[in-house]
Amino acid sequence: MPQKVFAPWDDPQEKPLIQFKNVTKRFGSFTAIDNLNLDIFEREFFALLGPSGCGKTTLMRMLAGFETPTEGTIQLSGKDIGGVPPNQRAVNMMFQSYALFPHLSVWENIAFGLKREGKDKGAIETRVSEMMRLTRLEKFRNRKPHQLSGGQRQRVALARSLAKAPKLLLLDEPLGALDRKLREETQFELMDIQEKTGTTFVIVTHDQEEAMTVASRVAVMDEGKLVQVATPDRIYEGPNSVYVADFIGDVNIIEGRAHQTGDKVQVIWSESEPPLMATTQKNFSLDQKCYMAIRPEKVGISADRPTAANALKGKILDIAYLGNISTYHVELPSGHVIKAQEANTRRIARRHFTWEDEVWISWTDTAAVLLEQ
Amino acid sequence: MRRLILIAVPYLWLLAFFLVPFLIVLKIALSDYNLSIPPYTPQLDLSAGWQGIKDFYDALDFENFTFLTSDDLYWKAYLSSLKIAVISTFMTLLVGYPIAYGMAQAPDEWRPTLMMLVILPFWTSFLIRVYSWMGILSNEGLLNKFLLWTGVIDQPLIILSTNTAVYIGIVYTYLPFMILPIYAALEKLDGSLLEAAEDLGCSRLSAFWLVTFPLSRSGMVAGCFLVFIPALGEFVIPSLLGGSSTLMIGKVLWEEFFSNRDWPVASAVAVVLLLILVIPIVLFQRNQERQQEAER
Amino acid sequence: MRRFSWFNATALTLGFVFLYLPMVILVIYSFNASKLVTVWAGFSTRWYGELMRNEAFLDAALVTLKVGIVSSTLATVLGTMGAYVMIRAGRFTGRTLFSGMIYAPLVMPEVITGLSLLLLFIGIGLDRGIVTIILAHTTFSMCYVSVVVSSRLVSFDRSLEEAALDLGASPFEAFRLVTLPIIAPAVISGWLLAFTLSLDDLVIASFTAGPSSTTLPIKIFSAVRLGVSPEINALSTIMISIVTVGVIGASLVSKRAAVKRQEEERAAVRT
Repeated sequence: MPQKVFAPWDDPQEKPLIQFKNVTKRFGSFTAIDNLNLDIFEREFFALLGPSGCGKTTLMRMLAGFETPTEGTIQLSGKDIGGVPPNQRAVNMMFQSYALFPHLSVWENIAFGLKREGKDKGAIETRVSEMMRLTRLEKFRNRKPHQLSGGQRQRVALARSLAKAPKLLLLDEPLGALDRKLREETQFELMDIQEKTGTTFVIVTHDQEEAMTVASRVAVMDEGKLVQVATPDRIYEGPNSVYVADFIGDVNIIEGRAHQTGDKVQVIWSESEPPLMATTQKNFSLDQKCYMAIRPEKVGISADRPTAANALKGKILDIAYLGNISTYHVELPSGHVIKAQEANTRRIARRHFTWEDEVWISWTDTAAVLLEQ
Repeated sequence: MRRLILIAVPYLWLLAFFLVPFLIVLKIALSDYNLSIPPYTPQLDLSAGWQGIKDFYDALDFENFTFLTSDDLYWKAYLSSLKIAVISTFMTLLVGYPIAYGMAQAPDEWRPTLMMLVILPFWTSFLIRVYSWMGILSNEGLLNKFLLWTGVIDQPLIILSTNTAVYIGIVYTYLPFMILPIYAALEKLDGSLLEAAEDLGCSRLSAFWLVTFPLSRSGMVAGCFLVFIPALGEFVIPSLLGGSSTLMIGKVLWEEFFSNRDWPVASAVAVVLLLILVIPIVLFQRNQERQQEAER
Repeated sequence: MRRFSWFNATALTLGFVFLYLPMVILVIYSFNASKLVTVWAGFSTRWYGELMRNEAFLDAALVTLKVGIVSSTLATVLGTMGAYVMIRAGRFTGRTLFSGMIYAPLVMPEVITGLSLLLLFIGIGLDRGIVTIILAHTTFSMCYVSVVVSSRLVSFDRSLEEAALDLGASPFEAFRLVTLPIIAPAVISGWLLAFTLSLDDLVIASFTAGPSSTTLPIKIFSAVRLGVSPEINALSTIMISIVTVGVIGASLVSKRAAVKRQEEERAAVRT
């Protein structure tokens, strides 16, 4: 039986859970969100990614109901939720600071929202226990927040926001306060819980690795606008702009002029060097300014001239040894510095290259992406 | 050597002018009344050596404390002090909380000004602030004039020289002590806690009762003790605003000392007052420690 | 972006009216021409004139100022030492007793402090007068200074002192050249607090003052015991004005310093 790929955004029949329609939000003269359209589907794990001040938090707070759009509408399951106050929305939020009530125990924190609904005691007890099992908090039932570690607090915050079984869960930098190792573990835990509960998650983060790991789709934001919305691999392999390419992962950008024939493009980038070759689906006019984006791991490094479509000679300027991989900074005669990555399959003592070595760097004509802006 | 001097100077000063005087009070409280000056016996005669100390010790007794329990006046004064301090502390809390809350909710650029407005009365003379109410509360005072003019009453209210005036005086003069710790607690409150409560289904009002109010409790407790402790031993307010029927222990002590010149009884009154104060002071200390711990 | 809600605005307005109206009335009535303090009979500065001619008040004011300046200076020195001992001296015999003696006077009813000091002065045969008031005021206000200074010392970065020692300063030099300049604002506010407490004190001064050395609060108290007097209104107005000008002036100065500092920091980031 073939596994059906989860991709509701490609299915025109699918009704989105959330729809932003021409939403603009201004604070005084400052425009935080600028005429934004976005669909988020049920069961999605949707990541809003961008630098601080790009409007991602404002977008999330509008979903939670703490801000109302200046213009446009936000729909949840087809209904406009513009005027619904936060305490009446089927949307819950996990706060960046966790916002755990310091005077209440773990149990009371998780039960807080359920008690507001006026559920009977038995139902609350069942649901809270279920949540504590899900987040592995059974042992900490009677502890107060200050008696918990960072990771445990994070789990209480998650359990509390999930307890009311919201249609949509908002997570504001949920892992920002955790150290690296714990963060990585927790990312998988989050994905696991999202899958188990089937809740739609919208996560705000400035950490691109986190967004790539957890999300089904990533939206890259800049200055109140969505720059690109796509699955993690599409964002990485096919960025639509230098901004996205640069924001997600490491990249070499070479600026030049395009000479297109069919799907092949020659990029004139230097007076003294031969043009670089790339393939593209886009159409560039003659001598149009273009940017060639090439990921360091797709750039090979060798002592002899290789046969690849693009090969350039240079000198090693710097080596960043990261254990599993090394990044070589190679300076070309034109002054450009290109980063090339090699996996360290051998022990360090037997490394090929060292500083000041003359080397060749190379990549195929399909490895690079040509961008217009 | 320098360290020794550094410790010794303030240490000896406090020993000489705080601890020793206090021990003297304790000793006199256990001595007998004598009309000679100083009007108490026994006198410690160190020149008589060991025998002197023994004589001195033998002559001490609890007679003055027995006297305190036998005379209605004293325990009534303690009880009435307690009652006045408790009621006025509660009233100060009722008046102070909304002000502290308003300050904590005020726009950021307003807060330093509001803070200054609360602290300013603290720097002005206590005596003058109490005095300022005398002209307002007296029978032909401004409050009565105003009420008569509006027609709310047709007979002037007798407020000055009653316990009501004492309550007003305590609330008025100690209000900053109540506002400041509550404001400090409310200001520290993380705004995202209230958003979280709303997100989980609370209305504004229930978010206040379930989150803001319990989290400002330590501030309220601190404020209450800061008002209660000095109010219990208060002298100026009952003697200016209270009447002859207003019994407060600070006033009794003053009169025992200056009018009756009965030093041993005055000292015994002081010792008992201190014993009563130990309980709230210890509770206050514990509240502060717990608060510091919670902040860590 | 926050605004006053109607509830907060009402609470603050009523609260501050309650706090300030009595004093405003006092000030207004100090300019009343009538001897009857509750009847308005037109504007006059008559009571200020009478006050200036009242030798007894002027003498008392002089005594109060002398006591205030001397006792608050002594209290600042002793209190700063006390704070330093509590925060920095580490463990020594009797440390608990010491910190107990620092904090106890803060909660001690004034009547008890006054009574106990008086009994001491009589016991050692010291004549009551300006000296005894100074000793008494120094004792209780040094504890307030200690609390103010030690709260600053707690947050003080100890490595600054260690850096000074490392660079060759003696412990005393390290204190004088590094610690003192940094904690100076706390020491100054400690002095101001001690001075205010001394000017304000009635009860302790009443116990420890002799017949020849009456302070202003004692004078005011014995005058107002008999009822409201226009001369006292005038005196109060003068005292309130001095404090108001002082507090507002101090807050403006500190606000300007903060603004200047912010600007300098911003300028430093830019270059």
